[in-house]
Amino acid sequence: MENLQLIIPELFISIMIMFLLIFGVFKRNSSQLVYNLTTVILVAALVLIINLDTQIQSSLFNNSYNIDSLARFMKILLILSGIFVMLSSSKYVQISKINKIEYPILILCSILGMMVMISSNDLIVFYMGLELQSLALYVLASFNRDNLLSTESGLKYFVLSALSSGLLLYGCSLIYGFSETTNFNQIMINTKEIEYGLTFGIVFILVGLAFKISAVPFHMWAPDVYQGSPTSVTVFFALLPKIAALTVFIRFLYIPFYELGDQWQMIIIFLSIASMVFGAVAAIGQKNLKRLIAYSSISHMGYALAGLSTGTTQGAQSSITYITIYLVMNLAFFSCLFMLKRNDEYYENIDDLSGLSKNHPLLSLSLLVVLFSLAGIPPLAGFFAKFYIFVAVINEKMYFLAIVGLLATVIAAFYYLRIIKIIYFDPEKEKFEPKHNLGLKFTLVASTFFILAYFIYPSGIVDIISQININ
Amino acid sequence: MNFPILSSLILLPTIGALFIFFVRSSNSQYQSSKYVALFITLANFFLSLYLWIVFDKSIVDFQFVEEREWISGFVNYKVGVDGISILFILLTTFITPICVITVNATIKNRLKDFLIAILILETFMIGVFCSLDLVVFYLFFEAGLIPMFLIIGIWGGERRVYSAFKFFLYTLLGSVLMLVAIISIYWITGTTDVIKLYELGIDVKYQNLLWLAFFSSFAVKTPMWPVHTWLPDAHVEAPTAGSVLLAAILLKMAGYGFIRFSLGLFPDASLYFVPLVYTLSLIAIIYTSLVALMQEDMKKLIAYSSVAHMGFVTLGIFTMTQQGIEGSIFQMISHGLVSAALFLCVGVVYDRLHTRLINRYGGLVSIMPKYAIVFMVFTLGALGLPGTSGFIGEFLVLMGAFKKNILVATIASLGVILGAAYMLWLYKRIIFGKLINEDVKKMFDLKRFEIVTLWLLVLPIIFFGFYPEPLINSIEVSVANMIDMNDLDKINKLALGE
Repeated sequence: MENLQLIIPELFISIMIMFLLIFGVFKRNSSQLVYNLTTVILVAALVLIINLDTQIQSSLFNNSYNIDSLARFMKILLILSGIFVMLSSSKYVQISKINKIEYPILILCSILGMMVMISSNDLIVFYMGLELQSLALYVLASFNRDNLLSTESGLKYFVLSALSSGLLLYGCSLIYGFSETTNFNQIMINTKEIEYGLTFGIVFILVGLAFKISAVPFHMWAPDVYQGSPTSVTVFFALLPKIAALTVFIRFLYIPFYELGDQWQMIIIFLSIASMVFGAVAAIGQKNLKRLIAYSSISHMGYALAGLSTGTTQGAQSSITYITIYLVMNLAFFSCLFMLKRNDEYYENIDDLSGLSKNHPLLSLSLLVVLFSLAGIPPLAGFFAKFYIFVAVINEKMYFLAIVGLLATVIAAFYYLRIIKIIYFDPEKEKFEPKHNLGLKFTLVASTFFILAYFIYPSGIVDIISQININ
Repeated sequence: MNFPILSSLILLPTIGALFIFFVRSSNSQYQSSKYVALFITLANFFLSLYLWIVFDKSIVDFQFVEEREWISGFVNYKVGVDGISILFILLTTFITPICVITVNATIKNRLKDFLIAILILETFMIGVFCSLDLVVFYLFFEAGLIPMFLIIGIWGGERRVYSAFKFFLYTLLGSVLMLVAIISIYWITGTTDVIKLYELGIDVKYQNLLWLAFFSSFAVKTPMWPVHTWLPDAHVEAPTAGSVLLAAILLKMAGYGFIRFSLGLFPDASLYFVPLVYTLSLIAIIYTSLVALMQEDMKKLIAYSSVAHMGFVTLGIFTMTQQGIEGSIFQMISHGLVSAALFLCVGVVYDRLHTRLINRYGGLVSIMPKYAIVFMVFTLGALGLPGTSGFIGEFLVLMGAFKKNILVATIASLGVILGAAYMLWLYKRIIFGKLINEDVKKMFDLKRFEIVTLWLLVLPIIFFGFYPEPLINSIEVSVANMIDMNDLDKINKLALGE
């Protein structure tokens, strides 16, 4: 008998999804209620995960489902981000008239899929989780169905993502063919010798995963989807799938392919450099904030991959630290975006920020902090994120990667500065609405405070992450 | 453990800034926030003065060292002062209140934000001068960019955006290599603690590359030719208080970094690169002096003169002699006072006529006699007349240079003459000559707060010009120790074949 206690959070969320579906169908006008309930469910799931015995390191279902420190940490991160996304975007969802009952339920579905991905220790389980998350995301991207951009982005995401899933699946089958197993640990044992088919399998899987975290050259969907989707979905896109995909990246690279480091290291380095540089350069010309943040997140994923490319435990841990800080920064950025509202209309062009600092000093100050942090200027949290990555990278004597990465930060600094320039140096425009709901304010204050005060006690998060067992 | 005096110095301005930030503002309270800022910066000044008094100048070691775990198992927050850094801290805490006094006239909008920016900047500047860990140093060094970027960009002149961007990106680009070098040092030696690194030393085979990485950062910040072009832009566009802080303190971070890190950590590489530094310094001295001669904008002229003066500083540091290094430090302090004063002087006339073009002025002596006097003192200080602090610094630097290389010293001496030329010509064109322009005739003499700020700067310039002992006394032991510790003399002699 399996120890089902360990997957109580997943079970809980699945049951709640069904419950909410039924509840939402039978009770009229319950969309707001369902939305709020979803937030409560996420909080409950968070409590359940935290309550799991931390010492347990076990696997379920014939070693295909892993409950270890990595899964635990990433799930906490995932659900926390989910809660904050729900809190910050509730008003937006109402005003943009996408408050159907399906919306929060789809979010729960994709979170469930991501949890499965994070814990998977088997090719098939992994693929199952991936599809559950992706299918929910396709619908979410086109949720604002009367909007041309939104439907376009949903379709685009669907077509490209399906292609990448196909590649992934093909890679999985090649791996299975050459290692005679779908279990990650078994794959590691069975693949001591390198064969061409295996290398192809690795490449296909990496390509598929790179697509999911939008690393260059598999990034094409990201700007369109970020821009086209409703902002509440964009923030979801920018945060949660990245956590899941990065965890899967770590799992693949550090368990089944661990012995084959020289096969994948060059690929990851290439993905990393291309993403860092391209993301930085391409963002310069953008006019839409959501599109800009899409390129910025491409660039950030490049740094996270740089940590992974070292192939060391320290590198993986630095990537996890990076993604943690990245999440907070993006959350803060999108919270600011949600505040740019005037007469029930949201503004998302860079020009709309013009002279913001005169009318909204606090909001601009938060944006200032967030943008400098995204640019990686000390003493803000973003600097430490990059710092840990470079410590890991330089430890492996990969100076070229480190220098390219740092030069890319200088290029990237330019477009972050451009936004700051527009906020602080340019003439003011009409005021935005000053009133916001509590959840949004709380999200913004908490995340900005985290970014600002991170330097006071940087050991906290690093200590937790250094406890994580990577392989 | 005693009272953490250095941490208090670092934190006090930030606390003041938070206080100003959280006190709700209406227009009438602008004044009160100014008094808060003034009070905080003055308190900081007296605290650092106290530090200087209780500081034991006869001991080689770093004093008032505080160490606290920060990034666990990796970097410790460590601060401390020796005879060199304490002077820069004093300079910082002395210049900042003066800047706060001047804001009344120069800053028309968002006074509160400006004060916050200045206070935060002070925190970072003091942090740079007393950090004893490379990562902590880098943190403060880079963090200073944020407030300065805003100061130039929000309160600057017409081309403020361009200048702010240029300033930020230039310095950032210079610094990123330093970060790579710092992390590499950690992996080579296992620590980023400066004191431990002094003891351990760094393997010679790594030194050259590491030195170059640090150099790229400091050279931009100094600024040395050919990466000096951000400085004139930044100076011209920054508001008066911003220019003052930039010239008086931010530039000194690099000179300080050269002494503390380039010389201290990589003595062999420093020696290897002496010809490079000599060449760049000489070009800076001669070329930028000539450029300064041709300027029509007062601030630009002073900015170029700063580059030339910093050329003396780098030259002196890399003579690696007791006199040269002492002279450089003295020159930095003196330049900090003089250039601050000159920018304030420009600010005074700019507030009245709203132009910085030299040929718009002329004949000020008859309508602004008080102004003419103080401006004279600062001009003479800038050209290094005996009796002003500028002389001591240049003299010591040249003395050090003559000891090492007569040709270099001779060319550098030419720079002194050029310096006299452009400064005196500037003075002549502004103060003397005929009073032609109608609007110039309407200008009024110094107001009370201007008299106070300017005379506050006249006093130390003349005092240290006649009696440099307190400053020299403070740095003597530390400089001697630095030369000793790294066997700079021995290395020097080997290189000369003695």
